[in-house]
Amino acid sequence: MARQLHASRTDGVDKNVWVEFTQLAADYKAVNLGQGFPDFSPPKFIQEAFCKAVSGGPIMHQYTRAFGHPPLVRSLAKFFSRIVGHEIDPLEDILVTVGAYQALFCAFQALVNEGDEVIIVEPFFDCYQPMVKMAGGKAVYVPLRPKAASGAVLSSGDWVLSAEELASKFTPRTKAVVINTPNNPIGKVSTEELQMIADLCIKHDALCISDEVYEWLTYDGAKHVKIASLPGMWERTITVGSAGKTFSATGWKVGWAISSGHIVKHMKTIHQNTVYHCATAAQEAVAQGFEREYEVFGSPESYFQQLPAMLHLKRNKLASCLESVGLQPIITCASSSVDEPNDFRFVKWLTKEKGLATIPVSAFYSPEHSKEFDKYIRFCFVKEDSTLDAAEDILRKWSKGQ
Amino acid sequence: MSRHTHSKRIEGLDKNVWVAFTSLAADPSVVNLGQGFPDIPPPSYIKQALAEAASVDKMNQYTRGFGHPSLVKALSQVYGTVCGRQIDPFKEILVTVGGYGSLFSCMQGLVEVGDEVIIIEPFFDCYVPMVRMAGAKPVLIPLRCFHADWYLDPDELSSKFNSKTKAIIINTPNNPIGKVFTRDELQMIADLCIKHDTLCFSDEVYEWLIYRGHEHIKIATLPGMWDRTITIGSAGKTFSVTGWKLGWSVGPEHLIKHLQTVMQNTLYTCATPLQEAVAQGLLRNFEMMGQPECYFTSLAEELEGKRNRMAAIVEDVGMTPVIPEGGYFMLVDVTSLNQDLSHVVGDDDEAYDYKFVKWMVKEKKLAAIPVTAFVGDESKKEFEKYIRLCFIKQDSTLAAAEEILKSWKKV
Repeated sequence: MARQLHASRTDGVDKNVWVEFTQLAADYKAVNLGQGFPDFSPPKFIQEAFCKAVSGGPIMHQYTRAFGHPPLVRSLAKFFSRIVGHEIDPLEDILVTVGAYQALFCAFQALVNEGDEVIIVEPFFDCYQPMVKMAGGKAVYVPLRPKAASGAVLSSGDWVLSAEELASKFTPRTKAVVINTPNNPIGKVSTEELQMIADLCIKHDALCISDEVYEWLTYDGAKHVKIASLPGMWERTITVGSAGKTFSATGWKVGWAISSGHIVKHMKTIHQNTVYHCATAAQEAVAQGFEREYEVFGSPESYFQQLPAMLHLKRNKLASCLESVGLQPIITCASSSVDEPNDFRFVKWLTKEKGLATIPVSAFYSPEHSKEFDKYIRFCFVKEDSTLDAAEDILRKWSKGQ
Repeated sequence: MSRHTHSKRIEGLDKNVWVAFTSLAADPSVVNLGQGFPDIPPPSYIKQALAEAASVDKMNQYTRGFGHPSLVKALSQVYGTVCGRQIDPFKEILVTVGGYGSLFSCMQGLVEVGDEVIIIEPFFDCYVPMVRMAGAKPVLIPLRCFHADWYLDPDELSSKFNSKTKAIIINTPNNPIGKVFTRDELQMIADLCIKHDTLCFSDEVYEWLIYRGHEHIKIATLPGMWDRTITIGSAGKTFSVTGWKLGWSVGPEHLIKHLQTVMQNTLYTCATPLQEAVAQGLLRNFEMMGQPECYFTSLAEELEGKRNRMAAIVEDVGMTPVIPEGGYFMLVDVTSLNQDLSHVVGDDDEAYDYKFVKWMVKEKKLAAIPVTAFVGDESKKEFEKYIRLCFIKQDSTLAAAEEILKSWKKV
């Protein structure tokens, strides 16, 4: 073929950290604290809801409403209306998608034109950048920066956004700001900064894409606040959520976007021209899950209380393990690629030589800032204790020079 | 909110026939022969496979982005045998969200702004908006009818190809007509693709639903075509589980890799337990391929009976069916009913079939789909006398439709 075979919208977005590193973890059968998925089962009630849906009538196996299975959009509207403080219309204000991933894709495709600028807070879940690029937009980055001097044990709360720096990123071409709270990979829960971001969005009439897939997983009394609930923000915020993260069932790929109808309608247009429908049975099960959680919200039976409580312990276990081995990245030059960032090389070495898989954090940074942050690796701790024990074992042996 | 307008790529793409007509047919008192989904149950082993998959912990978590290993391996086996070639499960297959998702991945991965894409009318309605969303120009060519035979005029088709033509989309068996393209017709298309160095996106979601006297030919198996063809299939149509939304693209690595790039930047991975269940279903039927117990054969057998019944019902009322060679839709010419629709509320320039279907849903409680939804403006006049009926329905549904049509005849 004389002219270029592939569409130019796929230029520069072909590399993917997950494709690369999940393959590596699988090839070396590593103890996998890399890609973010639980290695324990989803809660019983949600598994039962799925079984019930599967054995339900024939309609459970045929197309449902394209923009979201009616029981699911109704239960999402009911559940989130009281949290956001706004009456959410189930048919107009919600779009169900194939994971939060597809919700993000719909948002960028529906709203970003060639030449629009999109501000992304770093470190960012890696897909934001290629999605902005594919939509013809220009990513403008603003990093979270650690407050304390290095050496101190930092909490993710010590990573902050500078008001001046953020304000300086807004231009007449700024279409949207993308925030992720709680943040992947750092874990920061934004609270005070939300008002600052909101003020700027309102001032510059920009949209806010708020990725809140980890909304239930907050620790140490940190409170998750929805930016859409702040004054003047409902009509300009797209809030993205995930059944996979909410119910520890990442393999179901059910997500949603909630926003004002005038924005959702454009996302619906993208959706009806991309996948059109999402799988019925999984949506039915998630609907049942939310119905159940609505009834027990705030009580100890709520999965949204139990899961963070369980993960809090795992977080502490992993943290103390890492501290006790005094983890300092030791860069061995076994890699053949000199252009590769330090953390990429380190993670590959750790996977191949020690059988422990993690994710390099510079994958979550823009090219311009990745060098500053290539000394970090990301551990996922939503794992069975036995997995964390296995990781601890590897780290102890390594620290003893074994 | 003046700045919060939509992106240019979706300009004019907001209307959708399904959104409009499925809500119309949602009234439970309406006999729904409209949207293409079975009301017959899927095979029990496939539901069983899903329940079993979901009971395994890791089946509820992310699987491989480009397709669950057991599924791509099963697909490689099935299609390797059908195509008579080795198909690499990891490099030559992509699992997508339905056949729809495969079409989207093709357009986004391979169609550039300014390209032209040839589409044969009538076409499954999403092809045109997907081409437009990719910034390309749909170039339409109608199937023409001669003595109940639908064909492509070779000179007309040839005239549609030029240096801007990136791809041609074919759909065999065709939705809505039900035409199964012959080897000669596919060869004609292939010759043009090779001559003009264009790609071919072959939507074969109804590939197993072929009726007696016809054979499904994969254009990708014709000489020179494997390297320039993406073949699309669907679990939903194969196993009567449209609500599972799983499909696949099969093709050469140098094309599939671009679809994989699209996948990793759009939704990343498809649902795991569903993929595992489809893999089980494929392996089970692979063992029995060609035998009467194979679902691919038995479903076609069952549907041929329903097709014949539907045709008889329709003829009895004085309408003229277009007997499909494959698929589960039937076009019906309503001209002879001479139905006066002047009182039907709607746009003045609304096509006759749209008005007819709306009237039929409201007055007769029978839902169909208007066929001009599947053609461009220039072909509307030729096709506005047709409505599309879906016959992958329980006998009781077909009986209910029969009742309605019989009483209509009496009026």
